[in-house]
Amino acid sequence: MRLMAGIVSYGSYVPYRRLKRAAIAAMLGVTASKGERSVASFDEDSASMAVEAVRDALKAAPPSSIGALLFATTTPPYGEKLNAAIIAAATRMPPNIRAVDLTGSVRAGISAILQGADAASGSKTNALVAIGDARLGAPEGKAEQQNGDGAVAFVLGTEHVIAEIEATASLTREFMDTWRAPGERFGHSWEERFTLTQAYSPLLSKAITDVLAKAKVAPGDLAKVVLDAPNLRAADEIIRAMKLDPARLGDNFALTVGQTGAAHPGLMLAGVLPSLKPGERVLVASVADGADAILLRATPAIAGFKPVRSVGMQIESKGDVSYGSYLKWREILPTEPPRRPDPDRPAGPPMLRSQQWKFGFVGSKCTQCGTPQLPPQRVCVKCRAFDKMEPYAFADRTARIATYAIDRLAYSLNPPTVNVVIDFEGGGRFLCEMTDCEPEKVAIGDEVEMTFRRLFTADGVHNYFWKARPKR
Amino acid sequence: MASRGIKDRVAIIGMGCTKFGEHWDKGPDDLLCEAAYEAYASAGVNPDDIDAYWLGTMGSGISGLTLSEPLKIQYKPVTRVENMCATGSEAMRQACYAVASGAFDIVMAIGVEKLKDSGYSGLVTSAPPNDGTEGGMTAPASFSLLAPAYFKKYGLDPDKGKDVLSRIAWKNHRNGAKNPKAQFQKEVSIEAIKNSPKIADPLGIMDCSGVSDGSAAAIIVRAEDAHKYCKNPIYIKALSFVAGPAEGPLSQDYDFTTFREVVASAKDAYSQAGITDARAQISMAEVHDCFTPTELVLYEDLGFSKRGTAWQDVMDGYFDLDGKLPVNPDGGLKSFGHPIGASGLRMMYEMWLQFRGEAGPRQLKNPKLGLTHNLGGAPGRCVSFVSVVGKEVG
Repeated sequence: MRLMAGIVSYGSYVPYRRLKRAAIAAMLGVTASKGERSVASFDEDSASMAVEAVRDALKAAPPSSIGALLFATTTPPYGEKLNAAIIAAATRMPPNIRAVDLTGSVRAGISAILQGADAASGSKTNALVAIGDARLGAPEGKAEQQNGDGAVAFVLGTEHVIAEIEATASLTREFMDTWRAPGERFGHSWEERFTLTQAYSPLLSKAITDVLAKAKVAPGDLAKVVLDAPNLRAADEIIRAMKLDPARLGDNFALTVGQTGAAHPGLMLAGVLPSLKPGERVLVASVADGADAILLRATPAIAGFKPVRSVGMQIESKGDVSYGSYLKWREILPTEPPRRPDPDRPAGPPMLRSQQWKFGFVGSKCTQCGTPQLPPQRVCVKCRAFDKMEPYAFADRTARIATYAIDRLAYSLNPPTVNVVIDFEGGGRFLCEMTDCEPEKVAIGDEVEMTFRRLFTADGVHNYFWKARPKR
Repeated sequence: MASRGIKDRVAIIGMGCTKFGEHWDKGPDDLLCEAAYEAYASAGVNPDDIDAYWLGTMGSGISGLTLSEPLKIQYKPVTRVENMCATGSEAMRQACYAVASGAFDIVMAIGVEKLKDSGYSGLVTSAPPNDGTEGGMTAPASFSLLAPAYFKKYGLDPDKGKDVLSRIAWKNHRNGAKNPKAQFQKEVSIEAIKNSPKIADPLGIMDCSGVSDGSAAAIIVRAEDAHKYCKNPIYIKALSFVAGPAEGPLSQDYDFTTFREVVASAKDAYSQAGITDARAQISMAEVHDCFTPTELVLYEDLGFSKRGTAWQDVMDGYFDLDGKLPVNPDGGLKSFGHPIGASGLRMMYEMWLQFRGEAGPRQLKNPKLGLTHNLGGAPGRCVSFVSVVGKEVG
């Protein structure tokens, strides 16, 4: 058994929607930076995106291997209530796990990786680290253009490791960089020159020097370097000072995704892991409210590991969102309420009773006639056998559209609402909403897959459930 | 075990029906009073002659007090009935059975719905506390699921399919233009229907029934007593109601081109009434045209058209007022709107007028058997009601 844990598996999530920075500029008359940023859809948040990343990470390490779940974000759906429990339920984790939310700083993401590695080191079970963020920037501000939304997940453990952790280094210092008081929607930042010269550059450089010294590794021995700094000039300075080969730098996704907050160092790492060969080293360094650096070395097992969905593939799979829709989705732009009653909040007891269904998307299968059905039934829809059901998970099965409806009357932040009747491969039919789609392209026979979403929020209760989306 | 029916055992001896529409100046109490007193007058009876009442309403009140209070009913049984969009028909079915059982001599079935007070568009219903997983599809979206499925199954290109749907709405508005009690009393051109703003593709606003307020009532007695009250009563031949197992959203073998519940209730009703060929034997029908594709599919489910051919019958004018089997001669939900509790009894009111020769410019030539049909819910998950009524016993 290894003393220190490493990465056993990982998954990433880049939402489907993109906002072109030029579209912000066109509407507000501000200067646009180049490229585009990812946008969590109107039905996504940090937890639902983390679920998508975790689902992929768990393909190579089943839920039963997990002993601890750490969820990191600066944008938790609930200010009080365990957000990690949503992720555990949606990914059908066993109940006997530790679970915690790490929040309050963008640093929470890389901290969760470090804490997860500590938890898994010397433990028989793996630690699952889920990081998702959807940070808001005020219109006309830099953050709105530079931020992106996304998630990443790592399973950390001591067996079946594909990248072992050789050394880590961390530095903490109290200084004003970015802050946001409880109840505030948008963050504030101190002057850039101050944070660059007094914090980012010195801290990042020290953390990197420390971790390389601990492992007795020279900069030239690094196959890949992942540098995550809120100010891109800090990264440039490090590269010059350490004479790093720019070709070895991991993509910071500035032009395609944006800076994904707590998820970013992990997302960048997920971007370079597929290119690592056994024995190669990658340095991950991040500066945010201090600095952390992790030195990883790929094991022979990495050769046999392929992520379910690579970051690059998800960057390519995209559709535009207008700046107007984005402002509505984030409720920055108030709109006239529909002439329909507000939805009722989902109720606690029914949600607890149907947890396997609502969060895990587990239906039932008749043991007498073999028909899968969802939601789970007591009496079989086909042979009417009573209480002869066994649980049957649908979340990871694909389906095809049997018929559909494009609802222009239903209230939605993203009208029209597309409803689909879908037939699952292997059996089972369901009627649900379809998301991340272009309504005019929906057709009978199209292949869809399931995705975990936040349908609406009522009385402060987030209503999570599953929707179909075109296969990515 | 059998559904035996009560053919020719009860009769309707009087009816009342308010104008349907936006009654900003009338509440549910007013509408109930108007329909009830019109029915009393129609049958020539006094309120105290009525032994029991069945009140259908989905959301305009709860309990029998909704009726007994405004009508000042003197300590008689009043049963409030709800069965989604078939609520009005269900109130009548229960009233008929009560008379047939011998429990009462003379009863009233009455339905009401006041939809225009909510301030919301479309229907508003509230669900019991739940886990938040049941989707909130609107009614037009639910029924629009039929259109692409039907078009694809029978090889109609979407343009042709849209023509068929538009013609159904055109026909119903054309009939409604001849009806002084309809909400909309104007003909609407095919072009205006086809080009109306999209609600749930391919359905436009003109593919949807309206939203209105209204009330309708019937007074029912044993058939042998009918002539004591009235020269030309109408007779109940069949009453069928079924609730389905809601397998449409669960089973891959349901293809969204039929309502199995309607097929089952039509079969039951035809067996009660002794009908073997609905297309030939039914003189006229009032069916639940909540949305145009619903009416299209109903033609086939009720046995008026063979599978896959209803669209052709529509284009041939088979169901027009001057066609072989006029459907929705009064203008249907399309012209009347759909005040839930009242609709089933409004359909029966058209049968009452037509059999008695009182339908004015809509009058059909000597109808013998009529059918009324309601459904509530959505394709694959609904309740269905079918009645057959006739001018004569036998």
